[in-house]
Amino acid sequence: MKFAIVVFPGSNCDHDAYYAAKHVLGVDAEFVWHKELGLQGADVVILPGGFSYGDYLRTGSIARFSPVMASVLAFAEAGGPVLGICNGFQILLETGLLPGGMLYNRSVKFQCEQVYVRVEELDTSFTCTATLGQVLRIPIAHGEGNYFAPPDELDLLEANRQVVFRYCDVEGAVVDSANPNGSARGIAGLCNKQRNVVALMPHPERACESAMGSADGLVVFESAIAQLKSDGMVLPG
Amino acid sequence: MVTINSKTLDHHGLSREEYQKILEILGREPSPTEIGIFSVMWSEHCSYKSSRIHLRTLPTTGARVVQGPGENAGAVDVGDGLVAVFKIESHNHPSFIEPYQGAATGVGGIIRDIFTMGARPIALLNSLRFGSLNDVKTRGILEGVVAGIGGYGNSIGIPTVGGEILFEDTYKGNPLVNVFCLGLAQADKLVMGEASGVGNPVYYVGAKTGRDGIHGATMASAEFDEQSAEKRPAVQVGDPFMEKLLLEACLELMQTNALVGIQDMGAAGLTCSTSEMGSRGGVGIDIDVTRVPQRESGMTPYEIMLSESQERMLMVVRRGREAEVERIFKKWDLHAVSIGVVTDDGQLRVREGDSVVAEIPNGELADEAPLYNRPTEIPGYLEQVRRLDLEALPVLPAAESALLKLLGSLAVTSKHWVYRQYDHMVRTNTIAPAGMGAGVVRLKGTDRALAISVDGNGRHCYLDPHLGAMLAVAEAARNVACAGALPIAATNCLNFGNPERPEIMWQFARAVEGIGEACRALEVPITGGNVSFYNETDGQAIYPTPVLGVVGVIENASRVLSRVFPSSQSAILLLGGGPGVLGGSEYLKTVCGQVAGSLAALSLDSERRLQQLLVELASAGLIQSAHDCSDGGLAVALAECCFDSGGVGADLMMPDDASGGRTDVAEASILFGEAPSRVLVSIAESDFGIVRKKVEIAGVPIAAQGQTGGDRITISLAGRQVLDLPVADAEAAWRQGMERFFVNRAA
Repeated sequence: MKFAIVVFPGSNCDHDAYYAAKHVLGVDAEFVWHKELGLQGADVVILPGGFSYGDYLRTGSIARFSPVMASVLAFAEAGGPVLGICNGFQILLETGLLPGGMLYNRSVKFQCEQVYVRVEELDTSFTCTATLGQVLRIPIAHGEGNYFAPPDELDLLEANRQVVFRYCDVEGAVVDSANPNGSARGIAGLCNKQRNVVALMPHPERACESAMGSADGLVVFESAIAQLKSDGMVLPG
Repeated sequence: MVTINSKTLDHHGLSREEYQKILEILGREPSPTEIGIFSVMWSEHCSYKSSRIHLRTLPTTGARVVQGPGENAGAVDVGDGLVAVFKIESHNHPSFIEPYQGAATGVGGIIRDIFTMGARPIALLNSLRFGSLNDVKTRGILEGVVAGIGGYGNSIGIPTVGGEILFEDTYKGNPLVNVFCLGLAQADKLVMGEASGVGNPVYYVGAKTGRDGIHGATMASAEFDEQSAEKRPAVQVGDPFMEKLLLEACLELMQTNALVGIQDMGAAGLTCSTSEMGSRGGVGIDIDVTRVPQRESGMTPYEIMLSESQERMLMVVRRGREAEVERIFKKWDLHAVSIGVVTDDGQLRVREGDSVVAEIPNGELADEAPLYNRPTEIPGYLEQVRRLDLEALPVLPAAESALLKLLGSLAVTSKHWVYRQYDHMVRTNTIAPAGMGAGVVRLKGTDRALAISVDGNGRHCYLDPHLGAMLAVAEAARNVACAGALPIAATNCLNFGNPERPEIMWQFARAVEGIGEACRALEVPITGGNVSFYNETDGQAIYPTPVLGVVGVIENASRVLSRVFPSSQSAILLLGGGPGVLGGSEYLKTVCGQVAGSLAALSLDSERRLQQLLVELASAGLIQSAHDCSDGGLAVALAECCFDSGGVGADLMMPDDASGGRTDVAEASILFGEAPSRVLVSIAESDFGIVRKKVEIAGVPIAAQGQTGGDRITISLAGRQVLDLPVADAEAAWRQGMERFFVNRAA
């Protein structure tokens, strides 16, 4: 089983995702340079955090045009599990695979801190081994993570059960005081309608060992591994 | 031909004597480009002309030192064939003029110093000083500086794992921004900033050259006055994305052996990098400025040579390997351009197409800058400020209200507002949460971790530069030891006023002596650093502010300690130290509104024994937490151990040391007085016997004992309770933080 970690110019959590996959979870992992046209036969694709192209124009807006993205979109279309973390989420929004956009945090500042998110959906490629309502302690590190979409779009997301993670307090209550950035309806993570593409602003790869303050992020990666195993390694594409 | 007049010399900050020396070196009148080159290379910022004779007295060698001062950064052996490459640098002047870019480019510059050595940067820290936050302009500078540090470090993906920030009115017109970076390299893969191999091509890589930052080094070598805002064009603009590409491309190139030497173009840009690389290798460098990638049209050779545009590197590459080098940079969408060649004549020769516009011997330019042994004189203020009559103080407040006031003061309050803006976790090595003391990063692939602390106290150095500087070394090393790490090396950033004033030079000389003594005694050699003079506005100098960065090694990363009491059933010991004194203390400043008195003495021998004991106990797993008693003394330190613990209280019992005099003053001295070499540790009750034995063998006194538990912080003297406060109240005061000074407090 192989995880591909796509490296854009300006990615900076690529090594962390690689380390979590390879050294904590013990699966194969490979960096895929953004100019490549294939995914090296990967079973899971991670778009890591960072500041692709400096995020100077709009977060994720240039990376979305990298050559490798055509392969990522085809992989996703075929049902392959794709995880977007932080900047990876922002890139997926730019591709249109997920709706909405990111505003600046309501503090108008970059924020790096531990937060809590509640697992809202279990039938996705990255939450299938979690429990419903499970509260995960995972850090955020972003300036633009304030998720926005028009109300009817948000209603549609809810109706389609595409909200996968919501910011919550330690007890699991979704309250405004536990929302670190002002995201609409406390949304921390989404999935596509096929439920194989999942994106979230918090960094599960930073929460895979107790030495880092939390191992709650493991469930995100373990879910993908478990799903692939139960599928008998029948690969999409 | 332009003749050089005194106006030209003044504009370039060159003295008549220095001009004479230029004439002797060249044997002719310099060209305008040459005058520009000499002026930046011989500026205080680049040449250390006022400080070098003092800096030479510092200890710079030791068993672990792989590279001492003189290169882009120092390097020390941390085991397993790895070296830690680190340095601290100031970006004070640019940060006052343009806070965001000034601080951001400071971070960018120190990162380049580290990766040019072949090391991957893994940790950033910073030491900041500002005026009072009641001043609206200061709040703006602080917001800009913090955002700039975060903007650069977060984007490039290097965690900011620690630091310190202090506020004194003296920094109102001269904020201090000192940035530290540490990287990790294979010992046998270190790369030097040295040119060699006649005929090897000289490459330029990175951002294009513009007119930004011309005379930045000269600006950093002058005082501020009312016209300082006009100097804004001399501040550079940072591009962390470009630097991230440079970092990855350079590290990839260093895996090959196609590279001979490399240096970043920092202060004095192309001038400094060419002449220093040539001088180190004893060779000449011949470049053509028309081949330098330019962002603006019509730039003169003078402007190209002096530009301080950011994110640029100069490399000497093995002849015949050009295609390989160019391929790596192309992968990262960077342009590597050959601009010249290494020669055997020792000259820095600058051409503009066919004509030679400058020809200066590298050695004389880089290494024979004028050297000044500037006069020193004891400052007149000292006698006055050292006088402190404690008996004459007004009646002191109750201990509880004084403690609340100190916990809410800017010196002590939680710095959450600051560190939340820094990505302190990226690279997943940060094993000490932010705000817990020293920054600690694990070394993946080994059992080890490194602990780093940056410390300095300008107020202490104002009252006593020699002792204050020693205290800074001791505190930085002690903080590292409190994390469980053995301190192994140091770097310093020396922030002072105008060295041409004898009383400033006296402060500087005394401080450097103090640093040398303390570093020798504590066995933490100085491997590099930076001097920032001319921190003055309208003739008013800052407090002398040496900042020390100390690096330590923890053999077993799972044994890292923090300040927090982890259990409500532990024994507390106050290890080491004599009684606290109020002279120069945070209490005297915050509660009594005075900066005066004499500081408590430092015994380097006691300090050393205490630090060794801490490392021994920590590595044996015998202590659960450790915290240095610093600003605000014992009571503040005890309270801080309770914060972030989930409300664990503490009860500490001290013997009464009846000193006579006023009771309120005596009690305040014990509770809030400051003294070095004191650490609060918590241990399992069951380990008490063995710990006490080891403490005795080490010859470290136990000054107080207590227990964790309950939900109050209490201290008693010989059975008489002198402090009693709920942890919740104390923690609420401390958590007020800096947020209250800013309007936008959302989330």
